[in-house]
Amino acid sequence: MYDKSVRRRRITVALLVACSLLLLTAYFGESAGGGLHSVQRGVLQVVSPIQDGASRALKPVRDLFGWFGDTLKAKGDNSKLKQQVVELRAQAVANAAAARENVQLQNLVGIDRSGLSAAKPVTARVIFQSPSVWYSTIGIDRGSGDGVRIGQPVVNGDGLIGQVTFVASNSAVVTLITDGSVSVPARINERNGVTGVMQTASGSPDDLRLRFLVRQDIVKTSDTVITSGTVTDAGRYTSLYPPNIPIGRVTRVDDAGSDNPKVHIRPFADLHHLEFVQVLTRAINGNRP
Amino acid sequence: MGPAPDLRLLWRLTALGLATVLVQIAAVSQLKIFGTNADLTPLIIASAGLLAGSLPGAVFGFGVGLFLDLALVQTVGLSSLLFLIIGFGAGRLRELRDPQNAVVPIAVGAAATAIAQVGFSVMQFLLGDEVPMGFGLVRQIVLSILLGAIIAPAVHMIARRWLSPALPEDPRRRRRRAYTTGGLSPLSRS
Repeated sequence: MYDKSVRRRRITVALLVACSLLLLTAYFGESAGGGLHSVQRGVLQVVSPIQDGASRALKPVRDLFGWFGDTLKAKGDNSKLKQQVVELRAQAVANAAAARENVQLQNLVGIDRSGLSAAKPVTARVIFQSPSVWYSTIGIDRGSGDGVRIGQPVVNGDGLIGQVTFVASNSAVVTLITDGSVSVPARINERNGVTGVMQTASGSPDDLRLRFLVRQDIVKTSDTVITSGTVTDAGRYTSLYPPNIPIGRVTRVDDAGSDNPKVHIRPFADLHHLEFVQVLTRAINGNRP
Repeated sequence: MGPAPDLRLLWRLTALGLATVLVQIAAVSQLKIFGTNADLTPLIIASAGLLAGSLPGAVFGFGVGLFLDLALVQTVGLSSLLFLIIGFGAGRLRELRDPQNAVVPIAVGAAATAIAQVGFSVMQFLLGDEVPMGFGLVRQIVLSILLGAIIAPAVHMIARRWLSPALPEDPRRRRRRAYTTGGLSPLSRS
């Protein structure tokens, strides 16, 4: 009797392990339209309304925890922000003047000031967030039925969030800019011609890095990083992201002046507390500036 | 007459798994505590293994992992493999040692979180993904383990309350109780 139960246990566990390994192998071997991906699409389609409901129902709990966290964080930030207010006030005066000039210039050259509204943004609610540090993904309640397609950029009021990587008819999965698989052509807003590729930094999923800069590029702490859009005329190398979407602020520059300066960026968007995002469903002029 | 104990355990485990995954991805994943996110899934799987044994623990871990991978559009098979190891390991601990100390859920919760976190990094590395290994990640893993250890007793208590009506009487535990109470409970003597 004992031997029988031991044998049954061993066989079941061995079968489960084999099944997991088979699934892993099959998933890696198949294309995005393969069987397991289709099953995922089906499950996502069925589960996303439940996740949506659960997300709405558990919002008070999230808010409560968020309130505690925000209060503690606010105390720490208070003194730091007071110092920043003094610095930024002077900067704001200069910016206001520059903005007035900018509006006039844009009107002169006929640039569409509401560039993102022309990109047909689709507003979506976040219905889940991946629990693992290895998958920086969120689920949204808009899918192919709303015009959402794979590769479309996703933003919120603070800046760039990520890109759509999986689509079902009523929902989609967005891979955040903190994921190792995402690369965004970016440039330093305050400096002309300083462009690179923004990726997540090794060792810290919330720390982004601007890579492929050259020795001559000068980058300072507090510089802002924005998307560069398509910078080449060759049609094959168009960027997925429209130009001038804010990404983050430079927090540190290591090895400045070397062949491989390390520019660290903190994203503007709070990627841990996302409620609503917008998917930009149309690329205008190949995302060229 | 209610359903057989195995069926009762099956549906209670299924409900527990579904509820855990939904609460995890709809709420807990979006809360940052000590700069990291709590992960309830390895904790609940370890608790299920500790309470129900290695076989139900392994099957439960596999099922929850598969559901998580499908619902979150992750690499299918990865979470199932890791979670079945956690469920099986916790179940074997119960079968071989039957630990009764109050610290056990904390230690098992920490170990389950560690297996999940480190296992993910190793598997990602083996699968050829770029692993963002560095101090920041190690710090996150250590904080996750600490957080898992802190919330493990509460998770274990919930799992025990939910599963206990469906758990079969364990002969080893019954023998131990008989030994410590002198053979019979005081109530049954009267």
